[in-house]
Amino acid sequence: MFLIVVGALTAVGFASVYIARQDVISTASLTYAGFFFALYLAAHLVARYTVPFADPYLLPIAGLLTAIGLTEIYRLNPDDAFKQGIWIVAAVALFALALLLLRYDYRRLETYKYLFGLTAIALLLLPILPVLGLTVNGARLWVHVGSLRFQPGELAKIMLIIFLAGYMREKREVLAQGRPKDWGPLLVIWVLAMLVLLETRDLGGGLLYFGIFLAMLYVATGRIAYVAAGAGLFIIGSIGVWRITPHVQERVTIWIHPWTQHKVFCPLSGRMELRQDCQSFQLVKSLYSIAHGEYAGTGLGKGTFTTLDGHPIIPSLNTDFIYSALAQELGLIGAAALLLVYMIFVLRGMRIALLAQDGFSKLLAAGLTFGFALQTFIIVGGILRLIPLTGITLPFVSYGGSSVVANFLLLAGLLLVSNRANREMLR
Amino acid sequence: MNRQVSHIGVAALVLLAALIVGTTYWQAWANAGLADRQDNEIRLVAQFSIKRGKIYAADGRTLLATNVKKKIGGQTLYFRRYPTGPLFADVVGYSTQSRNRTGLERSYNDFLTGSNANLDTVFRSTLDKLRGATVTGNDLVLTIRPGLQALSRRLLQGKCGAVVAMEPSTGRVLAMATNPTYNPNLIERHFAQATRTTEPCGAPLLNRATAGKYQPGSTFKMVTASAALDTGRFTPSSPFYDPGYCLEYGKQVRNAGNPEAPETFGSVDLSTGFEHSINSVFCNVGKTLGAATVLRYAERYGFYSLPPLETPENERVASGLYDHGVLFSPKHPDTQVDPGRLAFGQERLQVTPLQMAMIAATIANHGITMRPHLIERILSPGGKTVTHSKPERLGRPIKRQTADELTRMMELVVEGGTGTAAQIPGIRVAGKTGTAETGRANINTTWFAAFAPADAPKIAIAVVVENQAGGFGGTIAAPIAKQVMEALLR
Repeated sequence: MFLIVVGALTAVGFASVYIARQDVISTASLTYAGFFFALYLAAHLVARYTVPFADPYLLPIAGLLTAIGLTEIYRLNPDDAFKQGIWIVAAVALFALALLLLRYDYRRLETYKYLFGLTAIALLLLPILPVLGLTVNGARLWVHVGSLRFQPGELAKIMLIIFLAGYMREKREVLAQGRPKDWGPLLVIWVLAMLVLLETRDLGGGLLYFGIFLAMLYVATGRIAYVAAGAGLFIIGSIGVWRITPHVQERVTIWIHPWTQHKVFCPLSGRMELRQDCQSFQLVKSLYSIAHGEYAGTGLGKGTFTTLDGHPIIPSLNTDFIYSALAQELGLIGAAALLLVYMIFVLRGMRIALLAQDGFSKLLAAGLTFGFALQTFIIVGGILRLIPLTGITLPFVSYGGSSVVANFLLLAGLLLVSNRANREMLR
Repeated sequence: MNRQVSHIGVAALVLLAALIVGTTYWQAWANAGLADRQDNEIRLVAQFSIKRGKIYAADGRTLLATNVKKKIGGQTLYFRRYPTGPLFADVVGYSTQSRNRTGLERSYNDFLTGSNANLDTVFRSTLDKLRGATVTGNDLVLTIRPGLQALSRRLLQGKCGAVVAMEPSTGRVLAMATNPTYNPNLIERHFAQATRTTEPCGAPLLNRATAGKYQPGSTFKMVTASAALDTGRFTPSSPFYDPGYCLEYGKQVRNAGNPEAPETFGSVDLSTGFEHSINSVFCNVGKTLGAATVLRYAERYGFYSLPPLETPENERVASGLYDHGVLFSPKHPDTQVDPGRLAFGQERLQVTPLQMAMIAATIANHGITMRPHLIERILSPGGKTVTHSKPERLGRPIKRQTADELTRMMELVVEGGTGTAAQIPGIRVAGKTGTAETGRANINTTWFAAFAPADAPKIAIAVVVENQAGGFGGTIAAPIAKQVMEALLR
């Protein structure tokens, strides 16, 4: 029955788009739609076979978000859409593999929690290595093998959540008592992760992991004091980092004063310029893009993203800034609907955490879901100037292979937990 | 643990809800402010995806502004093209990416892009957007007659100056030409070339008709005479004695200051003083009335406020006394302003051709000023009239009787006074010449303000020609005015 829901949602996500864009792009678009639908059907069948009791909404929602993302990427740059398509295939394959391998008992993962924790650190360290590492837009977050680029931080996020869930399940009573001995390994791994993030200048990542950590700690111990202490530490730490790191100072300045009346020194050109023409260029143009959408948007395919001579107005539009592209073309109605879809995903995820029977499952589902919501908040909130802007992907929608793979693994995790919880309830 | 899970679940939802609030702020609240920002490239480019409305001359056929469709990076964009080139440049202006907009292209941008608040237009553009069709703007039909405009420009060729012609009973602007001007088609890519001119006066982008400031010279006597007659202090037959000069503050101001009149006339009346533009007569009128009264009448004619027209505000200037380039509104006119010089159009007076045309039109229209306007009709893309401009009364600066007496006096100017060059056989023409010294030896600004036929005026006109060596209003400007009026009336 949900196959129909799924089909309808995906078809709506696609059909409307391609009709609007028909005059510009030929039948290739329909091939994309067909291909995507087939892929989605395959994922659905695997899920039906491996996790028959799992939550029926999550996969369609993920499919819908992926379709929206792919469509917008296609509209912005058809070549990128092709690459993204390949990554989606890989992601769905890994998703299927994860479901098949762990369909009997995913809780085996708990046994390897330290392995996951250390692997996560290792993954985070990878970009620092001289041969593999690659710096993009000032942050050293990438590894490349040949022409293939990958952002290991995305996978590290999932692994850290597994580690945290495992460790906190085991030690949650003693953690609540607050003995230093039990905190040791947790803090060691955590401090390591934060240091690596600072070193690679991944501020968005740092904020995300810290938020997940606090949320899971709260779920495990139930002590709001820990959250308060953590948040306090985070604020003190942030102020410290802000004072010593010019990169962070710049981000904050851009956030508070994106527009200037008078010319200020522009480190990019070395001249005096208005800040909106220099450091805050990207943020300000992105706000113009969102504002241009107004209520109803320009319509998909009708938005303005290039100058009259065809140069892109907003850099990295299809990765970090895809939300401002969507907000312009879909308008307030569309953007709000998109955010509501994210909210439904979060609601279903939290419902899974509530229904799960054991601590590990609860922590895992809650951690994955909260991470998903927080990541969405960090990037969209940054674009909307609610918080300082840090580069991070919008789950399922942004262009980026590592992001898509990680998000499908996250989805697999939620489906596995949900399958077990629902099966036990029926029993 | 479930309690905690619910808590972080709520926290996560609150975060996402904050995003909806944030998006609403930018898209529904702050959007208008952002749209107006100069560096908003998206807005600027997006307007090129709108098929701007066309602009037509009064005949509804002569196309003044149209679009050229270009496909760039999968986007269909519309660029402006001005088929008449420089002919209407000062009125229509231009719409470009690099130089933004001027003229009606700027002040009527909302109509031309279909984003005005007219209910029909809003409905149609929203429908267009939803259908994914190209948004098309409203068309403008101007009041300017293409033939008259072309003639006016041709007559100005090789000179620097402006011609403004209006219909006195409605305020319709029939011609508004200025020289030098520019080719709006060159603005986007060849700006330097577009702004180059062979004329010695330069400034081709300036609309001299509405923003050119000139000393009015004797054309201002229309205002002084209005004050003299309208206050009842003088009649056309009021006697004067002209000794060839006028005493001001104990000094002689010689008629020689007015090159159009001979040295001494002796006993004359006001009407003759007007006909031959005798400075000493008006000097005495000014002294009797006082500067405050003369300036009050100037204000009633529209001095000291921007002349009303549909072009952008920064393309119009107010007429009046100017002190070091700034409009000067004296608090105590009777001590701060020399009433004698003011009365014959010197002092620090600066006026626009549009203002002088409005004075001529007011006298022609029996003392009632009609709002000058350039736009006759606004049409929807389907050709339906969205708005039709109705003649609008701006005010009544002078009584009907004053206007009729002035008309008679102005007729005498053309019949046997300083403006005989404007005579049209079989048609009664009323006019007033003006020749203002520029301060450089023998270089004058020449004026002619007129209307015809005097008994049933169809056209009122003001012509200014700058920097004429040894030229007078009656010899340089009057023949131009004559030809334009004749072209319309025949």
